[in-house]
Amino acid sequence: MGADIIFWMVVALTVGSAFLVVLSQNLIYSAMALLFTFMGVAGLYVFMMADFIAATQIVIYVGGILVLIIFGIMLTQRIRDVRISHTSMQRGIGGVVVALIFLGLIRMIRTSPWHLESSPEIEGTVAGIGKLLMVEYLLPFEVTSVLLLAALMGAAMLSRRGD
Amino acid sequence: MELLLQKFSEVSFLSGIPSALLFVFAATLIAVSLFMFVAVNAIVAVYAERKISAFMQDRLGPMGQGVGLHAGKWGLLQTVADAIKLLIKEDIIPSLADRKLFILAPFILFIGAFIVFVGIPFNQHILVADFNIGVFYIIAMSSIGVIGIILAGYGSNNKWALYGAMRSAAQIISYEIPLALSLLTVIMLVGSLKMQDIIIAQHGLIWGILPNWFIFNNPFTFIAFFIFFISGVAEVNRTPFDLPEAESELVAGFHTEYSGMRWAFFFLAEYANMFIVAAMSAILFLGGWQSPIPGYMDSPAWGLFWFMGKAIFLIFVMMWFRWTFPRLRTDQLMQMCWKYFLPISFINILGVGLWDLWLN
Repeated sequence: MGADIIFWMVVALTVGSAFLVVLSQNLIYSAMALLFTFMGVAGLYVFMMADFIAATQIVIYVGGILVLIIFGIMLTQRIRDVRISHTSMQRGIGGVVVALIFLGLIRMIRTSPWHLESSPEIEGTVAGIGKLLMVEYLLPFEVTSVLLLAALMGAAMLSRRGD
Repeated sequence: MELLLQKFSEVSFLSGIPSALLFVFAATLIAVSLFMFVAVNAIVAVYAERKISAFMQDRLGPMGQGVGLHAGKWGLLQTVADAIKLLIKEDIIPSLADRKLFILAPFILFIGAFIVFVGIPFNQHILVADFNIGVFYIIAMSSIGVIGIILAGYGSNNKWALYGAMRSAAQIISYEIPLALSLLTVIMLVGSLKMQDIIIAQHGLIWGILPNWFIFNNPFTFIAFFIFFISGVAEVNRTPFDLPEAESELVAGFHTEYSGMRWAFFFLAEYANMFIVAAMSAILFLGGWQSPIPGYMDSPAWGLFWFMGKAIFLIFVMMWFRWTFPRLRTDQLMQMCWKYFLPISFINILGVGLWDLWLN
């Protein structure tokens, strides 16, 4: 009962702030609302008993990506003058596409077989994730790290071009 | 938390109340007591900081003045008076500031520091929640605060504040990496992220005489402790890493435009963060609530004493830093993090892994 109320509060936080991200006229307000969306998503992970993923969500998205986004906004000149218009442009076609995607998603949610457990046991997920990463998914893990390394070197090269 | 709920269920006159309501009551009680702890911590620490700085500079610091002794003997009530002054001060918001962000920023910073306290074990029993991901939870939650600092700088619409916020963000993001990497050495040895598991793993003696704390466990964790603590000092933006609020160049950095209670929230958050860094260093490397002489004086009350003693000593060391070292330049700051701490941390992780393999 108490958990239900908290769950719906987290859902309201996530969806409400996601709307703010999209509808806000000011980029920095969008970034700000994104903070609450990320927190809400982390809360939803907690309800799925994925505590490690929830904390990772906050470390990566709030501590890293959001800070970089706000950094980018602040370093852009005259960012306050930029007005993002989300009011016009092909509403009819856009509406149809959105409706189709929405129907598709609903259909997918309704038809796919969900793995449901009435009372999942609370136990550590960290060890399980570590074993999966190091045994079953070792190759994708290593490929991702090589990709990230390449991105890192690319960023360093781009930033040194002025020298 | 569970202990408190269990105690509630034993009390007879509370039995008629639904459990959801009891849960809310228990959570509120815990939140209020943690807030009291944070507030008292800030008041005592500000007083200590002023006295310590004064003694280090051969001054007296705050003293009770005149016949009425209106700030108490030795100025003991000085920070209490300051706190009351801050509470009744006029609330000023600059007219050209971004009002919403300006108001929101101190709360985000403070909440980022405050919710970390949920995961800190004060002794064997006083711990709100022993998460499976304990240490990781604390690292995750303390990364929220930086958003508050950036918003404060941006929302103030002041160039000093903006410079301070940018410096702070760059600094915090950089020093988070050696901090987390040196924390990993301990986690590798324990094999668990739970706070109590980490502390219990430090029980007993090592080398015959020393307590089995991770700082003494092997040379790599010894180095890791210092990297962790120094990075922690950098994370809370204190001297010698106080470039974000360097008063000689940036007035007061990101909180230049704040006054009254809003400014007080920045201060509460700073002192709460100092306590968190000291507490985490004590828990991870200095045995947390374990007694320095294993087997003696390790009841829960003594546990609280040892934990607070270690934390307060480390807070004193931070104050000692502040009044001893000059401020670093930005390039020195980044050099220290990326060219020295980061490679040493990687070597530490490798070293701890080999050490563990070799000994076990």
